[in-house]
Amino acid sequence: MKRWTICVAAVVALAGLAAACGRGGTTQDGRGATITLLTHDSFAVSKPVLQQFEQQSGIKVKVLHAGDAGKMVNQAILTKDKPLGDVLFGVDNTLLTRALQAGIFESYRPAALAGVPATYQLDTKDRAVPIDYGHVCVNYDKAWYSDHGITPPTSLQDLTKPQYKNQLVVEDPSTSSTGLAFLIATVAANGDGDPKVGGWQPYWQRLRANGVKVDEGWDQAYDTDFSGSAGKGPRPLVVSYASSPPAEVLAAKPEPTVAPTGVLLDTCFRQVELAGVLKGTKHPKAARTFVDFMLSKRFQADMPLEMYVYPVVDGVALPPVFQKFSEIPTQSLDVAPARIAQDRDRWIQEWTSTVLR
Amino acid sequence: MTSPQPPTRRGPRLGGRVWRFATVAIPAAFLLVFFVYPVLAILGRGLVPRWSFDPEPVGRVLTDAGLRGVLWFSVWEAALSTLLTLAIGIPGAWALSRFAFPGRRAARAFVTVPFVLPTVVVGAAFTTIFGTDGSLLAILLAHAFFNTAVVVRTVGGLWSQLAGRSEDAARALGASPVRAFLHVTLPALRPAIVAAGAIVFLFCFTSFGIVLILGGPTRATLEVEIYRQTADQLQLGVAAALAVVQLLAVTAMLLVAGKLQGHRAVALALRPADAVARRARTAKERIALAVVLVGVLGFLAWPMAILVARSFGSDHGLTLDAYRSLDATGPGSALFVPPVHAIATSLRYALGAVVISVIIGGLASLAALRREGRAGRILDGALMIPLGTSAVTLGFGFLIALDRPPVDLRTSPWLVPIAQALVAIPFVVRTVVPLGRGVDPRLRDAAAVLGAAPARVWRAVDLPVLGPALALGAGFAAAISLGEFGATALIARPDNPTLPIAIFRLLGVPGAQNYHAAMALTTILMALTLVVVFAVEAVPGRFAARGARGSRG
Repeated sequence: MKRWTICVAAVVALAGLAAACGRGGTTQDGRGATITLLTHDSFAVSKPVLQQFEQQSGIKVKVLHAGDAGKMVNQAILTKDKPLGDVLFGVDNTLLTRALQAGIFESYRPAALAGVPATYQLDTKDRAVPIDYGHVCVNYDKAWYSDHGITPPTSLQDLTKPQYKNQLVVEDPSTSSTGLAFLIATVAANGDGDPKVGGWQPYWQRLRANGVKVDEGWDQAYDTDFSGSAGKGPRPLVVSYASSPPAEVLAAKPEPTVAPTGVLLDTCFRQVELAGVLKGTKHPKAARTFVDFMLSKRFQADMPLEMYVYPVVDGVALPPVFQKFSEIPTQSLDVAPARIAQDRDRWIQEWTSTVLR
Repeated sequence: MTSPQPPTRRGPRLGGRVWRFATVAIPAAFLLVFFVYPVLAILGRGLVPRWSFDPEPVGRVLTDAGLRGVLWFSVWEAALSTLLTLAIGIPGAWALSRFAFPGRRAARAFVTVPFVLPTVVVGAAFTTIFGTDGSLLAILLAHAFFNTAVVVRTVGGLWSQLAGRSEDAARALGASPVRAFLHVTLPALRPAIVAAGAIVFLFCFTSFGIVLILGGPTRATLEVEIYRQTADQLQLGVAAALAVVQLLAVTAMLLVAGKLQGHRAVALALRPADAVARRARTAKERIALAVVLVGVLGFLAWPMAILVARSFGSDHGLTLDAYRSLDATGPGSALFVPPVHAIATSLRYALGAVVISVIIGGLASLAALRREGRAGRILDGALMIPLGTSAVTLGFGFLIALDRPPVDLRTSPWLVPIAQALVAIPFVVRTVVPLGRGVDPRLRDAAAVLGAAPARVWRAVDLPVLGPALALGAGFAAAISLGEFGATALIARPDNPTLPIAIFRLLGVPGAQNYHAAMALTTILMALTLVVVFAVEAVPGRFAARGARGSRG
């Protein structure tokens, strides 16, 4: 019996030791901390800009790319008791309510928010801070249409017409925030009533009959299936961003005088991306400093060429290529965040049944 | 038990009783906390959402056209995969069990290799040929690639025991070879074919890694859909309902498979008698044999060869670039850690899973080996149940059950090893119990009569058999843990990916560099698994003899 007691004691002691080792040291002061930025795969920042931040603040930044925005936000929710990082960037207005309801953010209001128009400030309690915005729109390959002697489509309804059969590639809204944004645009345009009478479900049935292709994420759709990108895929229509044409201009050598791809301005949904300090961070001060950095002029001006999004802070100059080649839709197919919160999951479920199965 | 007893009698001392209790109680407690409780949590979420019985979530699954489509796809892809596997496996069984030819043993060993490979490796290998666009053919071929060994071993095992005399008699009476096969051999093989088909169907119905990697967005089995509803959509209610459907379907299939096997015990001899194997006699036979061998072996070698070749590929010829890139990470890298860290993580988790499964499986085996222990027998059976539960369901159960008091393991580094151990424990028990049963009880009695204390008896008689058996079980557990994907995919954290998780992640991001890195990691995982499996295969050669000596007494 005595030996058993010793064994049990040893096991308990070991377990306690292991638990104690699990807790790392915490830093009160932001300096010297290493913070982890939990973000989606499309996050990018130019090296000098990040290095300058690290030198000035004394904070080291590690970037954890955790998949597409949807998957990344879900990961953050599932791990909220022991967060994967200190700051989250990349939750957008289609997913924001899911993150807020799960309570993954700490409230923080950066001073620089004063320079951000109210239209981007989606969370009244300042848990999520707007960083950038962009428009999700159908893009078309200009050369493909002139080669084939077909007029490009201009509206969502055009996409269901026979002359555009097997030309469109979209992203799965259950795995891609780009795809979800486009789904919401079609809901806004077609209505969400009884599917037997009309609305977005019959619209997607027509798209399906017209040979729409569904990819898991934006990268695959744009880089491999779209004919207007370097991947030279087979399809001339893709759900992408209003800022994609400037990206194609930059990729082309020598620089063309007109963008090789265009945007269907009547198919756009406005996407706002936000960041927040994750609840349970061991480095709250450093995390806040990093959110401040994301609203700084330097980072805001860096974003367009790194992530092809637009700065939310007023008065940040756009790079010349954006001024020259990007088209910003004057109006977009938007749905109120409250509606999105309420119906998003049902839309995705019904979309999956309508289009994929 | 108050009166002192002579040591040679059965009545155990207090320490012995505590020990006996522990061999039952510890595995039982493990099973209750890490299996029964998560499964109850799934049933609770799926059937009793708001503390009242409400099959609404399950009903929604069965009435939603899309989700019903998932169930239907699981059924028909499994049926097609099974037919394809039989179509490839039966000729393979014929060639490998009926004929003697040079290299036969090596060919037989080779056929088994795909079966021990992790599903991620098989899926990744087939992306080299078909891409990830949801080609149905890719899924079916990958399933056939994976499961051919089951058919070759099961059907071949029986075939090599049919002496062939009935077939010879039929031929002598004038039947054509085809007629003799259809009317004499095939009916005799039927039980083995049905049994193998049932197992393959079950594997394909619960297929996860292969369909997730090769299926694209449009194709999903129940397993894949549970994962997607959880990881992509955070629809835990729908996922729970799907998991309930999956649990019911698998239980039903296991019952049917058990019935089918119960009709006639099928010989699953690993080394079938070579006696009936003969040289191919006629030219026709030789040609048929050559065609089948080249076809089957080529089918199995082809994806593995392309996989290894791709891992050395790059934009400029054959290089080691993909392997060199594995210890680097940086901006734009798909993984938080350099990919080599995934190797270390996998090995660490494998060690944890081995320790847990050997302790729990070993204790349970000891309980099961005590003939008088009815609790032991029940435990033995109960430990088989996790085997029937699909891995994704298990992982999902962990996710929703072990995240709050009384059991909050969500942040524990033991979470993944425990889940993997749960998958491995049945294999440990299956390995240890049959070998342990081989120990003649008279040996123990003899030792006791000669004056050995119980502990000494155990050390001298049981340990020499159980030790190697446990080592064998540990090897299986290590191989299972290294390749485990379904449960791990739901519970591993992205900052600590295992090899299969890292491979899946790399396959999901664009760029030739990431693809080559995925191929390199896949090759490493394949090599690690094969090293473990061959090390395990080498064990019984040395120790089975001891076990056999024990059984002969």
